[in-house]
Amino acid sequence: MKVAITSTDNSLTAKLDSRFGRCSFFAIYDTESQGIEFIPNPNKDAVEGAGPAAVQLVASKGAKKLVSGEFGNKVKNLTDSLQIQLVMINDQEKTIQEIIDLLKQS
Amino acid sequence: MTITFVLNICSFKMPRPKRIRKVTNPPHFKGFKPIGLSDESPVTLNYEEYESIRLSDFDQLGQVEAAAIMQVSRPTYARIYETARRKIAEAFITGKPILFEGGKVFFDSEWYGCNRCGCWFNHPEKDIPVTHCALCHSKDIMQYNEQDTSATDTCPECHKQLEREQGMPGHTRYCPDCGQMTHHDKQLKGNHMKRCQQHRNHKA
Repeated sequence: MKVAITSTDNSLTAKLDSRFGRCSFFAIYDTESQGIEFIPNPNKDAVEGAGPAAVQLVASKGAKKLVSGEFGNKVKNLTDSLQIQLVMINDQEKTIQEIIDLLKQS
Repeated sequence: MTITFVLNICSFKMPRPKRIRKVTNPPHFKGFKPIGLSDESPVTLNYEEYESIRLSDFDQLGQVEAAAIMQVSRPTYARIYETARRKIAEAFITGKPILFEGGKVFFDSEWYGCNRCGCWFNHPEKDIPVTHCALCHSKDIMQYNEQDTSATDTCPECHKQLEREQGMPGHTRYCPDCGQMTHHDKQLKGNHMKRCQQHRNHKA
């Protein structure tokens, strides 16, 4: 399963981006192959509709779980119909590596 | 003043906007096709109609319960359910395909909190029960219950605040303490609020 994590930079030491639609990078983590891919967000400075566009982007990459600090109103309706799970983390100091470590334990 | 206001609204001849229906379990396929018939124009079954069939006939809930789940009034629910059955009957008898599409709905899933890592997550797949946290796989999770306390009815005599029930009009309830008919504390929103403010400013 693929997990999309919003990131402030394209490295594992980067912190989690608290906004979903206008984050800097998406880190797509594959739980099976343990591979990580960073995608720059094209809608970073969008005035409107950044959330739905971001959902489309991560859904096209096959992500089934989204991890971010917050999600907008339009996002939840879309992800519910696409059967994508949302995870909100309040702690903004968490790095991408820490989140991946959390996902690895089971 | 109230009468003129009501008359003003009536003179627009505009129906009241539809309340957004909550769909907790949307279908994961697009529709049905009859066997052995060439393609006819399909019958469009709205998501809200699909949901009403699911709640009434599959989950076998009563109309009152089902209406509360979809966040509409009981009579509205009955109307949605009736159109749903008519459309299904039409498709069955005339051999038309059924297409799930449209409707004034929003999809919803419930939120859960994890006590170990402090994250919040939702669960879009209803069939599978939630057993562990989506992030750290801890079993120490709890369901988040959002209490909508914004809508209340107030008793004019003893000023007791009663929580508003979905599908129950505020002006037909009676206060349990003194037996008075209650007022519905209407919260003004959007265009209605703007119009009321303009009206007030104009008067001042």
